[in-house]
Amino acid sequence: MRDRSFSELRLDRIGRNFGEQAALSELSLTIRGGEFIALLGPSGCGKSTALNCLAGLLPLSSGSIWLDDRRIDGLPPEQRGFGMVFQNYALFPHMTVRDNVAFGLKMRKTPGPELRRRVDEAMALVRLEDQAEKLPAQLSGGQQQRVAIARAVVYEPPLVLMDEPLSNLDAQLRLAMRTEIRRLHQTLGLTTIYVTHDQEEALSMADRLVVLREGVVQQVGTPDDVYAHPVNRYVAGFMGYRNMLEFDLESATAETAVLASKDVRLSGMTFGPIEAKRAVAAIRPEDIVVNGPGPNRLQVTAEVVEYHGREILVLARLPAGEALYIRTEERCVAGDSIVVAVPPERVLIYPADAPAAPTETIV
Amino acid sequence: MTSAAGSVPGALGHDGGRRSLKHRLADRGVDRVLLLVVPGTLFLILLFVYPFLYGLQLSFAPEGGGGPLANYQTFFSDPYLRDTIGTTLSLGVPAALLNVLVSVPIAYRMRGRFRGKRTLTTLLVVPIALGTVLTAEGLIEYLGPSGWLNKFLRDFNLVDQPVLLVHNYWGVFFSLVITGFPFAFLLVLSYLSGIDPNLERAASVMGAGWAQRFRRITFPLLVPGLAITFCLSFVLAFSVFPSANLVGDPSGSTRVISIAAYHAAFEQFDYSMGSTISMIMGAVMLAIIALVLGWRSTLFRGPAGGKG
Repeated sequence: MRDRSFSELRLDRIGRNFGEQAALSELSLTIRGGEFIALLGPSGCGKSTALNCLAGLLPLSSGSIWLDDRRIDGLPPEQRGFGMVFQNYALFPHMTVRDNVAFGLKMRKTPGPELRRRVDEAMALVRLEDQAEKLPAQLSGGQQQRVAIARAVVYEPPLVLMDEPLSNLDAQLRLAMRTEIRRLHQTLGLTTIYVTHDQEEALSMADRLVVLREGVVQQVGTPDDVYAHPVNRYVAGFMGYRNMLEFDLESATAETAVLASKDVRLSGMTFGPIEAKRAVAAIRPEDIVVNGPGPNRLQVTAEVVEYHGREILVLARLPAGEALYIRTEERCVAGDSIVVAVPPERVLIYPADAPAAPTETIV
Repeated sequence: MTSAAGSVPGALGHDGGRRSLKHRLADRGVDRVLLLVVPGTLFLILLFVYPFLYGLQLSFAPEGGGGPLANYQTFFSDPYLRDTIGTTLSLGVPAALLNVLVSVPIAYRMRGRFRGKRTLTTLLVVPIALGTVLTAEGLIEYLGPSGWLNKFLRDFNLVDQPVLLVHNYWGVFFSLVITGFPFAFLLVLSYLSGIDPNLERAASVMGAGWAQRFRRITFPLLVPGLAITFCLSFVLAFSVFPSANLVGDPSGSTRVISIAAYHAAFEQFDYSMGSTISMIMGAVMLAIIALVLGWRSTLFRGPAGGKG
C-alpha cells in the first residue's frame, strides 16, 4: 500500500479572482493529517472555489499550497493524487459501478489481482457488492453517492475533497449518509475537506469548521467554539442565532453590554469592547424561556404558531414590532400576550455595522 | 392505466358514469394540440411520400419494355452505370469521415467558454452559407492550373507542371469537405457540450491525464453522436451533384450516381430509368446508414450527464 500519511497540508494566503471579482481571498489554514474540516457558508461564499483550487481544477490567483514540504499548487489535478466527490457525483455513465470504482487504480497502473482486491474492498465498504455490474443510471441517488465515495477513496488518497455531496439527497438519506461518511473517515483514517452550506451537517461531522463569507474567512474553530462563541454577527446568524434585535448601546464593558430602547432592556455577553452606537443582540429561539425568571424580560404578542411535535415555534412581536422567534414546550395560540426571558449569558451582542448572515434577512 | 380509470364508473363526469370521449382521448395524448402536426404531415405526404411512391412504381415500368426489373438489370449489368455507385462511395465516405474526424479536435478545443469563441464559430460555419457554386468558383480560382497555389508553386520552382487539384476527384473532394465540415462541426460541438464537464474533471482528479480523459471518458460518450454526424454528413456527400460537374470530371472519375440519374431522366428523357437510379441511390444510402446505426446500437447511448 502506498504511504498516504502526511503531517500537514498548509494553505498559505490562497486567493482566486474571477475577473475583477475576488471569489476567495487570503485563505490561510493548516490541516493536520486525519482531520475532518468543513468549509461552511452560503452559495457564493467561495467554499467551492477553495475546494476546486485545492483539487487543482482552478489555478490560484495568489498564495501557495504545501503538502508538508512539497509545494503542490502548480501541479495539475492528475498529479496531486487527491480524491474528490462531486455534488452531482460525476459518475462515468458508460462504465459499470465496478469500472467506475476501479478507474483511479487503473490510472495508477495497479496490477490486476491487487486492483480486483481493492475494488472489492471499497465496494464492501460502501455496501454495494451486489451492484458491481450495474450502470450508474440503474442505481438510486444514495447508491450513486456511495459509488462516488468508493471511487474517491479506493486509491487511498492523502486528501479527500467533498463538494456538497449530500445536497441532492432527500432528508432521511442525508442523515444516514452523514454517519456513513464520518464512519469511512474514521475507519480509513482519511483527511477530509468537506464543503457544505448546511451548518448542522458541518457541526455534526467536522473536527474543525471554516466559516466563509464573500471569499473571506470569518471564523475557524471546533464545532463547539463556533456554535457557542460565534465571533461576529454573520457567523452567529449562520449558527442558528435566528433572532437579531438591533437597539442603541446603553453601556458596555469588555465582556458585557446592555442594549436599550423605549420599552426593552437587554443585557448580554460581548467578544471584546464595542465602539458602535448601535448593536445587535443575537438570541437562539430555544434559549428564550416563556414565563421565565431573570433580568431580560420581554413583553411579546404571539403572531404565528407552528407545531413541531413536543415543541412549538412561535413568531412573536415586541411592542415596537420587532420579530422574535421562540421555541418552547409551553402551549400558546396566536394573539396571546406572553412574557419571556433570556438568560444574559445566552445573549450575544455584536456591533450593528458588521455584515449580517443571509439567513438573517428573513426577518 | 386507462382500463383502471375506466373501471371506476362515476369517478369523473356527470354523464351516467361514462367518461367523456375527450377525456379518454386526452389519456392517450390526443387533443387539439395534435392539430399542429397536420401541416407538417400534409407537406411530407405531398412533397415526399407521394413523389417517392410514384418514382418507385415508375422504376418498375421500363419504357423500353421487358419485365418490371428490366431497368435494375440494365443498371447492374452496364459498368458505365454500375460503377457510379463505387465512384460516389469513394467520394462520399472519405469526405464524410474526414469531416467528422477533423471536427472532433476542433470542437473539443472549443467546448468551454473563451474570448472570441463566437467569432471563431462564425468563421468556421460561414462555408455553409456560401453554396456549392461559389465554393466551386473559389476552388478553381485558388487551386486551378492557373490559380494562386500553382502560380506560387511555380514561381518558387517547387513544381514544373501545375498540380492538378480541380476537374478531377480532388476538386470534388475539397468541395465536399469545405461545404460539409461546418455542418459536421456544429453537430459534434453540440454533442460535446452535452457531456457533463464534471466527468472529465473527476477523471483528472483520479489521475487521468489529457489523453486518458479523452480516450476513456469523452470519446466513448461522443461516439454515438459521431455516428449520427457521419450518417448525416454522408447523406449530404453522397447526393453530390453540382460540384461533381463544376470542379469534377463529370464524364470520368467523378461520374457520380446523381449525374447518371440526371443523364437518364433529363438528357435521354427515360424517366423510368432515372427513377430506377434514384431508387438505387436511396437504397445504397439507407444500407450505409443502417450499417452505421446497427453498430451504434451496440454502444452505450444513455445520457452523458454526471448523474447517469
